[in-house]
Amino acid sequence: MYVVIVGAGEVGSAIAASLADSHDVAVIDIDGARVEGLMYDTDVLGIEGDGADIDTLEEANIDEADILIASTDDDETNIVTCSTTMTVTEAFTISRVKNAKYLRTWQGSDRAFGIDHMVATNLLTAETIARVVGLPAAQDVEVFADGLVQMAEFEISESSPVANLTVQEADRYESLTFAAVLRNDSVIIPRGGTVLEPGDDVIVIGSPESVHTFAHELEPDSDGKPNILIIGGSDVGYHTARLLQERGLKPRLVEQDHDRARELAESLEGTTVLKSDATDREFLLQEGIEDVDIVITALDNDEKNLLAGLLAKRLGAGRAVTVVDSGAYVDLFEEVGIDVAVNPREATAEEITRFTREHQAENVAIIESDRAEVLEIEVDEESVLVDRPIRESVGDLPEGVVLGAITRDGELVIPRGDTIVERGDHVVVFVEIDSLEEASSKL
Amino acid sequence: MSVRVSWRQSVAFTGTVIKYLAVAMLIPLGISLLYREDIVVFLLSIGITVIIGGGLERLDDDPQLGAREALFFVALAWGAVALIGAIPYVIAGYGTESALGHPVNALFESMSGFTTTGATVTAEISFERHSHALLMWRQLTQWLGGMGIIVLMVAILPEAAVNGAQLIESEAPGPELQKLTPKIAETARLLWLFYLGFTVLYVAILMGLHYAGMAPDMNLYNAVAHGFTTLPTGGFSPQAESIAAFSPAVQWVVIPFMLIAGMNFALFYLLLQDNYAEFLRDRELQAYLGANAGLIVILWGFLFTGSAPPLELGGITQGALENSLRQATFQIASLLNSTGYATSDFAQWGTTAQGILLFAMFIGGSAGSTGGGVKIVRWLVVIKAIRRQLFTTAHPNAIKPVRLGGHVIEEEVIRAIYGFTLLYLLTFGVATVLLLVDAGRVGLDLTILEAISASIATIGNIGPGFGFLGPFGSYLEFPATSKLLMILLMWIGRLEIIPVFVMFTGAFWNE
Repeated sequence: MYVVIVGAGEVGSAIAASLADSHDVAVIDIDGARVEGLMYDTDVLGIEGDGADIDTLEEANIDEADILIASTDDDETNIVTCSTTMTVTEAFTISRVKNAKYLRTWQGSDRAFGIDHMVATNLLTAETIARVVGLPAAQDVEVFADGLVQMAEFEISESSPVANLTVQEADRYESLTFAAVLRNDSVIIPRGGTVLEPGDDVIVIGSPESVHTFAHELEPDSDGKPNILIIGGSDVGYHTARLLQERGLKPRLVEQDHDRARELAESLEGTTVLKSDATDREFLLQEGIEDVDIVITALDNDEKNLLAGLLAKRLGAGRAVTVVDSGAYVDLFEEVGIDVAVNPREATAEEITRFTREHQAENVAIIESDRAEVLEIEVDEESVLVDRPIRESVGDLPEGVVLGAITRDGELVIPRGDTIVERGDHVVVFVEIDSLEEASSKL
Repeated sequence: MSVRVSWRQSVAFTGTVIKYLAVAMLIPLGISLLYREDIVVFLLSIGITVIIGGGLERLDDDPQLGAREALFFVALAWGAVALIGAIPYVIAGYGTESALGHPVNALFESMSGFTTTGATVTAEISFERHSHALLMWRQLTQWLGGMGIIVLMVAILPEAAVNGAQLIESEAPGPELQKLTPKIAETARLLWLFYLGFTVLYVAILMGLHYAGMAPDMNLYNAVAHGFTTLPTGGFSPQAESIAAFSPAVQWVVIPFMLIAGMNFALFYLLLQDNYAEFLRDRELQAYLGANAGLIVILWGFLFTGSAPPLELGGITQGALENSLRQATFQIASLLNSTGYATSDFAQWGTTAQGILLFAMFIGGSAGSTGGGVKIVRWLVVIKAIRRQLFTTAHPNAIKPVRLGGHVIEEEVIRAIYGFTLLYLLTFGVATVLLLVDAGRVGLDLTILEAISASIATIGNIGPGFGFLGPFGSYLEFPATSKLLMILLMWIGRLEIIPVFVMFTGAFWNE
C-alpha cells in the first residue's frame, strides 16, 4: 500500500516508523530539517511543503495513495488536508483532531470534511485513562474482539501477592493467558517455571472478568468504587470525568479558572467540580487527599502535571495517572513516582496505525515503545492455524509468539494445546517485534 | 581514549562487500577461460577475495550500522575494494617485468579504476603485455565504481537498505540525497537499472556500427570494454590509443553517451514518467549542457584557426570543419564531466586550447551523475551566492534568498557548498605543491602545468593530464610516494572529501 502522512511530528513519525517496513510511505512536513532527519531514520520519501496545498500533495503522488493520514498538530490543517485530498483522489483519509467538537460534527454526518476516519486525540486519551482507572495496578489496557478479550499490562510490586511466584502458581484463572514478562529491556515468553520478580511488567490476555479478578488479586485492598480526583479541567479532563461518571463513579474535578469550572459543572452532572489551584497543599488536605485512590492530572502542560501528581501522592493519594504530551518524558515520569503516564500522541499513533493495518489485522496494541505488539487476526484458509490443534501449529510459528485468546461466534475460547482453530475465528496473539513480519505472514 | 564508533560492525559489513566482489571477478574469469589466458590469476584472486571477505564478515554476525558506522563503512569499503581489486594485477605481474605487478602500481590502477578516474600506470597497453581478462577486469572496476558499489549493495542486500539513505548519501556525488521512491532500495535499483540500460543500449549501437561496416575495430570485446567505461565516466580503454583507435563514426557515437553519463541519473526517472517538460526545466541539466556547448564552440574556433599542430592521431584540425568540431566536442564532453577518453593527443595542442581543457576539468559532472569534480550544481550555487553577496553589498538591507530553478536554497546548504568547494580547491592546491616537492626530491622533471593537471586529474577523477601525463601517456614515472598521494586523492575525490576527512578528526571517534 502507498500511504501519505502529513505532519512529521511525534505522531506522524511514529506512524511512519511502524508502517515503513511493510508499505511505501511518503511524509510531508513544512519543516525541511525535520523531513530530512526522518528520511535518514526511516525508509520513507520525505517531501517538504504544506500538506494542505494541492501542489505539495501532487508532488507526493497523492493520486496513487491508498491512504492519507493528516497528523499535524493543528486540527484545522488536518481537516483541510483531508478535504483537499478528497477533491483529487479516492484515497482513504484519516485525520487526527484534538478537539472533540470536530468529532461530533463528523459523527453526525456522512463523511464530513471528506474524512473517512477521525481520531480525536483528547477523547482517545480520556478513554485510555478511563480504562486504566478501571483496573487497579494496570499500566495499559486494550480491548479486542468487541470487548470479549482484554489485554492488560501490570507492574508487579514488591508487596504484590504474586511477586516471586512462578507463572504456574500465579495463573489460577481458567480464561487468562500470561503472554509475556517485560524485564528490564528484554521480553520473556513465560513458561510454567518462570518466576515473576518485583519490578517486572506482565502482559495478560483473557476475558475482561478474569483480567479484572487478576487485577484485584494484585492489589487486594481496592474495592469496586475508587475515590477519584481529576486535576485540570482541560478537554481531556472533561472527557475523563464524563466517561467515569457514565460508569457510575463519582469523580471530583479541580479547575482553577472560574468560568471554565462553572461551564464544566453545568455539563457534568455526576461530577463534583471544585474551583481551586491544585498545587495548593491546604486545599488538597482539606479535600481529604489521603483518602483519594487515584489522582488524574490533566493540566495543560507536562511539568505542571508532574508536580501536581507528585504532590498529591506525597500527601497520601494512592495512584497518580498523568497526561504527558511529550513522548520522551513517559519513562522519566514513571521513574520518579507517577504510576501511569498516558501519552496522547502514542495513543493516537497506535489508533491510526491500527486503522491503517486493518486489512491484515483487526486490531493492534503496541507494547512498551514498539518492543512487541498484540494483534487481533481473523483466521483464513492460508493461516497455519486453521483446522489443526494448536499444539501442532505452534511448531510452525516463530519464537516470541503467544496465542492469548480465541473468539468464535461472539464467544471466548481459551486456547489449550488440543483446541482446534477454525476458519473465521478471531485470535488475539502477542508477538515480539522481531518475529512480527514472519508471524503476520503465517497467521 | 575510548573509541565510540563500533568499527567491528563497519569492518564486518565491508567483508560482505568484498565477498560480493568475488562474484564480479567471475566475468574476467570467464574471459580468461575463453582466451585461455591468466586462468590461475583469477581463480587465485577469487579464492583470496572470498577468504578475506568471509573472514572479515565473521567479526560481527549481525552488523547494525549507526550514523557514524555508516560513514566509516563507506570510506572503508572504497579503500578495501581498491585493495582487493589490485590482487589480479599483482598476481598477473608476479615474476614478469610488468610494472603493473608492483603493489603500489597495482593499487594505483585499481583505485583509478573503481573511482572511475582513468589515470593509468601501465607502460604499454596491449594484449601482448596483458591478458584480455586482466584488461577487461580493469574496465569492469570502472563500471562497478561508476554508479557506486554502495548503491549496488543497497539495491540488492536487504540488510544494507536499513541504513540505505545514510549510505547512499555518503557515496553518491552531489550535495544532497535524492529519493525517487519511498523505499531506498527501490531507488537504488532504479538508478542501477538506468545505468545498465544505457550501457546495454550503447554496446548495441557500437555493435550495430561494427556490423554495418562503419567500425571495423569495434568488435564485441571492444564494445563491451568501452561499455564498461563510458557510462561511469571512467576513461580506461584496452586500446593504447583510446578512442582515437576507432573510426569517426564511433567517436560521434561515444559523445552523446559521455554527455549522458554526466547527467543526474535521477532525472531519467522523469522521462520514465513521461514528464519531459520537467526534465528539460532542470537548471543543472541546462547549465551542464550549456557549459559543454559554450566550451565546445570556443575550442572549435581555436582548433579551426590552428591552435593545434597536425598530429598523427587526431589529424589536421586547422581548416578541417568536421575534424575540428569532432575533436573539440569529444575532448570537452570527455574532460568536463571527468571521463578522460581522447581522440587526439591534446597534450600537444597549443596553450590556449589546453587552457580551455584545463578550465573544463574544474567543472565536473552533475550531482547524481557518475562524474567527478566539484559538480555543476555546486558551481551554480556558488556563483549565485557570490552574486547575492555583491548585491547585498550595494543594498545592505536587502533580504535575498538564493534560488535555483524556483526553489530557495537554505543558507545552511549554501554554507556546506562553500565549505566543500573551498576544501576541494585547497586540497587540489596543497596536492599540487606536494607533487612538485616530491618530484624535486627524486629529480623527476615535472612542470607546473603537469603538476596542476596531475592534481586535478586525480582528485577530480578525470584521468589524463598534460605533458607526459597526456591521454596516451602514463603516471608510471612518478615516485611511489607521489602515487600513494594520488591514490588518496582519487579516493577522497570519489567520496567528495568529507566522508574520508572526517575520519581523521578526533571528534568522529570520540564523543
